[in-house]
Amino acid sequence: MDVILFLVFAIIAVVCAINVVVQTHPISSAVSLIGVMGSLAILYLLLGAEFIAAAQVIVYAGAVMVLFVFVIMLLNAGTETRKGRSLMVQVLGVPLLITLLGLVAFFVQRLYPQATVHFGGFRGGTAEAIGRALFTTFLLPFEITSILILIAIVGAIVLARKELE
Amino acid sequence: MIDSFVVISLIKVLVVFAVLMTTLAYLQWVERKVIAHIQVRPGPYRVGPHGLLQPLADVIKLITKEDLVPPYVNKPLYLLAPFLAITMALLSISVIPFGPEIKVAGYSTWMQLTDLNIGVVFVLAVSSMGVYGIALGAWASNNKYALLGGLRSSAQMISYELPMSLAIAAPLLVSNTLSLRTLVERQSGSILQWNLLHGPFPQVFSFIIFVIAAFAETNRVPFDLPEAENELVAGFHTEYSSMKFASFFMAEYANMITVSSMAVLLFLGGWMAPWPAAYGSSLVPPLIFAIAGLIALYHGLNYSRKRDKYTLPAFGVIFLIIAGIFLLPMVQAWLLPLFWFCAKTGAILFAFMWIRGTLPRFRYDQLMGFTWKFLFPVAMLNLLVTGFLVAWFS
Repeated sequence: MDVILFLVFAIIAVVCAINVVVQTHPISSAVSLIGVMGSLAILYLLLGAEFIAAAQVIVYAGAVMVLFVFVIMLLNAGTETRKGRSLMVQVLGVPLLITLLGLVAFFVQRLYPQATVHFGGFRGGTAEAIGRALFTTFLLPFEITSILILIAIVGAIVLARKELE
Repeated sequence: MIDSFVVISLIKVLVVFAVLMTTLAYLQWVERKVIAHIQVRPGPYRVGPHGLLQPLADVIKLITKEDLVPPYVNKPLYLLAPFLAITMALLSISVIPFGPEIKVAGYSTWMQLTDLNIGVVFVLAVSSMGVYGIALGAWASNNKYALLGGLRSSAQMISYELPMSLAIAAPLLVSNTLSLRTLVERQSGSILQWNLLHGPFPQVFSFIIFVIAAFAETNRVPFDLPEAENELVAGFHTEYSSMKFASFFMAEYANMITVSSMAVLLFLGGWMAPWPAAYGSSLVPPLIFAIAGLIALYHGLNYSRKRDKYTLPAFGVIFLIIAGIFLLPMVQAWLLPLFWFCAKTGAILFAFMWIRGTLPRFRYDQLMGFTWKFLFPVAMLNLLVTGFLVAWFS
């Protein structure tokens, strides 16, 4: 049952991810990206990390992607037009992609030879466990990340103001 | 054992779905009646006694109407949007508990489809996905009024999600759980144990913030700018007709039911009675129905409209029979919790309609200024004070 669900949602995630690139209209790409986020949330759920799954939906699918869609609507972005592609891209694109995927698979296999998946086996996925980890073990990275985000927000406002003046 | 679990779950899903759909249809009738009486007119009155068959007529009308797809729309997204809206609206009902554990024909089961240990977060996640139905439908319609409505709606829903989440977090700190079932069980006893009044910090402010944000989340008056008819025709669903329009409509009402039951579960003790049954709380429902029945009988005997001569006494007799059913000991175990849950949810739904009948619409800058400059800081302060007091007293 777990394996079937995993395969279904893994395939949906990959197909949606490819669709993000293939689609020519920004809104269609954004919708496909929402599909990727949703499938990833279900994969987290299958592994037993229910709080991370919910947070994935709330933060990525629910907040970040809404802003993406919102901005695309505001800018009224049209369909992309295909410019002439260089000869190198046409010839070497597919072989290079296959080589890259093969390399990634090889190194994952090499670095984690005993890696197996236990559906529902992850025990640190409850809200309590994550809260404890964020405020004890990972307190410094957590705080540094939040300051980084704050800096990014301030930077965005400064850049936007300069444009206005 | 597995088989009985599957069968019981299927039966529960069917019952909840049927009841929810009927409630959605009749909520519309109740709203029209309430607003009509606020405006001193009778409201729906022709189809059936007191317009009681009006929802049925509306459903037939919506199903048989021509399903028009304009040629200039983005077809895949245009068709996906109403489906998305109604799915997300109905999905959150699956974790709402309506009552305690009950025994039916030897099997004991909860009056809840499923209890997640992250129930509250699940409802938040699903409701945050609900905005796509409106935003994508509005954009795919390829219509400037629809697009303006969709933009307003997505901006408004993102902004009000923040104070709403903060207002939800405060009672969770007091109850110390994310499961909706446990949340209600921690509020059992009397009205003083409800999160609204329970110490260390009574969650009155959270409740008010939650209800205000809920009005904005469900696009209801006074925050119904996405469908402000005097500026945007019909807002995001301008280009939708027939059952696609009905899906948006049903999604709005389903969301109203969800946020009302969330308010009841988080702040008003869920299915718990306001005071223990030992002090006579189990006599309140039969008393209410008996009084309603007697009033209906009295007005039936001194009728002002000719048709009331037969309909009102019939209603009166039905109400008296219901009052009698509430006194039977074998049904009290599940009927009383269900009554309290429905009564509390119904009171909040009535407030939704009451406010629609009385308040004018906000201006858009007022709407945004209100949430970012007032509601958000107040919710933050409330959460800080609650967290501090919970840490201090535990």
